[in-house]
Amino acid sequence: MRRGAAIILIAFLGVIFSTIAVSYSQRSSLPELAAAYVDLVPRELGAPNVITGILLTYRAFDTLGEVAVLFMVAAGVGLLLGAGCEERDEVQAGIRRSLKETPSTEIVQNGADILVPLIAIFAAYIVLHGHLGPGGGFQGGAVMASCVLLLLLAKPDYRIKLAHLSFIESLAGLLIVVVGIAGIILASGFLDNRVLPLGEFGAFFSAGAIPVLSVLLGVKVGCELSVISERFRA
Amino acid sequence: MTIASIVLSTGLILVLIGIWGMLTQRNILRIIVGFVLMGTGSHLVIVAIGYVSNGTAPIIDGGLSLAEAPTRSVDPIPSALAVTAIVIGLAVTAVMLAYAIRLYQAKQTLSIDAFTDSKW
Repeated sequence: MRRGAAIILIAFLGVIFSTIAVSYSQRSSLPELAAAYVDLVPRELGAPNVITGILLTYRAFDTLGEVAVLFMVAAGVGLLLGAGCEERDEVQAGIRRSLKETPSTEIVQNGADILVPLIAIFAAYIVLHGHLGPGGGFQGGAVMASCVLLLLLAKPDYRIKLAHLSFIESLAGLLIVVVGIAGIILASGFLDNRVLPLGEFGAFFSAGAIPVLSVLLGVKVGCELSVISERFRA
Repeated sequence: MTIASIVLSTGLILVLIGIWGMLTQRNILRIIVGFVLMGTGSHLVIVAIGYVSNGTAPIIDGGLSLAEAPTRSVDPIPSALAVTAIVIGLAVTAVMLAYAIRLYQAKQTLSIDAFTDSKW
């Protein structure tokens, strides 16, 4: 686009945005729907983290749609960047040859040796404590995928078995839907978390099916992002 | 200047910078960076709208007891929407980068001027 037209457009947008920013006044009390959620989630679902309770029970259908979007993206990137079998072997051989000449530096290798177990434990902690503190399935899955990315950068011989990861990811998605349908049969709706006992408020095994859904989501998101990173490598 | 209006203005400025980058840059990777900036700005705007004066995170623990939660916590719904928006933004960025790689393999250049003729 020509410079002049772009400047006029940005100035016009700037005027509109400034009227929004100037006329916005900070709230002093929660709106009605938010107050209802903050009241309902600890009482009915037994989860101290209100946001995870909303994402995995009251608005769990949107989370399922998001999982479907991630699955489509993994398939789309596989279609655009995936090569056939012989091409992949050639590319792998080329990578190994070029990395024998210029291997990754010592800082990256030693840092990866120390950091990868810590990052994996941290990712598991985030996923499992999603109902007690900040965290949940998506956040822990993204940290797990960053651990795999560090391994891909530091160790050139590290190869991910794409078939295994695709199988695990599909299985996790299927189990999420199974838990949802169990919610219809045993509790009051799709993806209701009261299929498992609510337990004591704030304990580790509490909040019904929310930790189970968090684990399944974390596994699925971690596998998908790792597969996407691996496709970008070759 | 209240906290919410500072974060809101920052988010809107980032959206403007991102749109400017997408309109005027010629390198495909810079256009993608502009898109990511616009997305990040919109996430900030979403979270800023949910702030309540002197509020804290809507998590019931030692800092926020059950009784005072409805009066002292911030709005949880924009935070949940922001989680969804960040994941979708990441997915769209991954597909855009895959397209950039294929375009480079086709014409050996990253400037979009090389692709302006191939419209139909």
